[in-house]
Amino acid sequence: MQYVPNFLFVVILVIGIGFFTRNIFRLRRNILLGKDVDVSDNRSQRWANMTRIALGQTKMVVRPIPGILHIIVYLGFIIINLEVLEIIIDGIFGTHRVFAGLGGLYDFLIASFEILALLVIVSVTIFWIRRNIIRLKRFFKPEMKGWPKMDGNLILYIELVLMLLFLTMNAADFQLQQLGADHYVQAGSFPVSKYISALFADMSISNLILLERVTWWMHIVGILFFLNYLYYSKHLHILLAFPNTFYGKLTPKGQFKNLESVTNEVKLMMDPSADPFAAPAEDASEPEKFGASDVTDLNWVQLLNAYSCTECGRCTSECPANLTGKKLSPRKIMMDTRDRLEEVGKIMDKNKGEFKEDGKQLLDDYITREELWACTSCNACVEACPVSIDPLSIIMDMRQYLVMEQSAAPSDLNNMMGNIENNGAPWPFNQMDRLNWSKES
Amino acid sequence: MASELNVPTMAEMFASGQKPEVLFWVGCAGSFDDRAKKITKAFVKILNQANVSFAVLGTEESCTGDPAKRAGNEFLFQMQAVTNIEVMNAYEVKKVVTACPHCFNTLKNEYPGLGGNYEVVHHTQFLKQLLEEGRITMEGGSYKGKRITYHDPCYLGRANNVYEAPRDLIRKLDAELVEMKSCKQRGLCCGAGGAQMFKEPEKGDKDINVERTEQALETKPEIIAAGCPFCNTMMTDGVKSKEKEASIAVLDIAELIANAQDL
Repeated sequence: MQYVPNFLFVVILVIGIGFFTRNIFRLRRNILLGKDVDVSDNRSQRWANMTRIALGQTKMVVRPIPGILHIIVYLGFIIINLEVLEIIIDGIFGTHRVFAGLGGLYDFLIASFEILALLVIVSVTIFWIRRNIIRLKRFFKPEMKGWPKMDGNLILYIELVLMLLFLTMNAADFQLQQLGADHYVQAGSFPVSKYISALFADMSISNLILLERVTWWMHIVGILFFLNYLYYSKHLHILLAFPNTFYGKLTPKGQFKNLESVTNEVKLMMDPSADPFAAPAEDASEPEKFGASDVTDLNWVQLLNAYSCTECGRCTSECPANLTGKKLSPRKIMMDTRDRLEEVGKIMDKNKGEFKEDGKQLLDDYITREELWACTSCNACVEACPVSIDPLSIIMDMRQYLVMEQSAAPSDLNNMMGNIENNGAPWPFNQMDRLNWSKES
Repeated sequence: MASELNVPTMAEMFASGQKPEVLFWVGCAGSFDDRAKKITKAFVKILNQANVSFAVLGTEESCTGDPAKRAGNEFLFQMQAVTNIEVMNAYEVKKVVTACPHCFNTLKNEYPGLGGNYEVVHHTQFLKQLLEEGRITMEGGSYKGKRITYHDPCYLGRANNVYEAPRDLIRKLDAELVEMKSCKQRGLCCGAGGAQMFKEPEKGDKDINVERTEQALETKPEIIAAGCPFCNTMMTDGVKSKEKEASIAVLDIAELIANAQDL
């Protein structure tokens, strides 16, 4: 009987981590449904970007208030997780505060965890107030109704509860240490929870032990739950922000990639020795589809972008189209891409890894043409994203599909393109008149 | 009007065995749009005064393909690009200056992949360089002490990180440079980019140029400076919609410099 808790702990740990691993593999499979793209260049620049943007949070502080609060929660999350290591060892081997031998360092660590926990509670509370009392505009766009709104609040509740459990556990432990209870070594410094422990002054040792054990278990089970919640939540960014900033765009923002498949065709057209009536070579592959109408037409970095989005809405709040009441919201582009990708993934799960047409696609079923044509390609969304997501590249790929596969540009744009084709300018002026300005007074 | 503009073409120069220091890429707006033509002429006046050896392609120039690419027509873009590159490479062009950030961005970033490798600068960068080399001098003239706010064109600013050259030039005019609440990296688009210039805006509750003009008006400017012919049109329309055209001028940086020197 003595080893029942250890056994139970290991079972919960294995289930928790196992389930998480399964979802990570699913995530990887879905992302790799995207087209291949070569991002093996400039490794050192990429490492530097990841360090600066993800680890260093440099783009978060562009907006100082949420930026600083976010840094507190982020540091709290990372540093307090050192404590989880101790909890796991204690859980498996039935020890208690196994690192207590670190002495002064241990006191310092526990004290800093506690202070961070308190700061996290304060930050999370302010975040909740911003979302629910102040009701910041960017959290109340049409795409934020239902699950996205609830998801945002749930994350805050979970973080709050985890921190409260952690502090209550320490408070009970501290009280037990004061009372000299067996098994509870004198270790750690409790600058925050000593105040909570005052509430437990009248409790018996057995009740205190019960409280300490219950909060200890709830805390670690809560952490494992949260780990598994990530895949279903916008909160996945805590992991994916790192690869996403690593694989982010390195070229100037204004540089849009030149489609190689088009280059080949253009070269053929310009080649005077090419035979326009030649039959395609025997081994010629299907002509490539231009642009994107579904998630599998996008490249895998764009799909990684979609999973990395934490729906903060900084992109949307800087978007000139959205600011002036147009339907386009760059955040929705990313959310739609993720939702559609998840849908494709689920169809594959049901059909033994095989995708079966479901009569739906990213274009029209998720992202409307009106949204795509509202974009000014100004890059404000790309600049605003704290984790290097590029919604503009998806918009442009979808425009390419509309124009080159469907000839479905707005008629004004067709006129403009017709003019360029005919007379080399977007307006109907004769190319021969191009220098007339130099003779006008 | 001081004197005739001297605008040699690449063909003329080539025929006489000369090679200009720089190709001035005029762009479609600069060639055909009545408002933008004034910017083109102002820039040429400065080039003439500074004795810069330059040439234009004239009737051999064609749209860079930027609006086609941003509209999604990669095919048309690449056709335009390849044609233009053939012309420029035949003239052995090394350096290009343009007053249009859209041409600037496309020539600088998207042409190299298709065989067009040039040093491409925006006219504000070029002017700043002329100033630093002492080839032009600048005095504030009528702009001394005036409140000027500068609108960052997306394809110059965010797209290519050119924020300081135009601002340095405004400061050199001894003008008071005032910033809008969204500026530099966070500058708000005028609404013309991404081929929007050539279509009606999608349904919304406001036009983007009006939103941007309101931000500009908050700075109480006497002049709104721009560095892009499309931004210029959008801001001019915005100022008109607020019925402020009598008190606020929308001018390109090149026009500010040319006017200040009575060119």
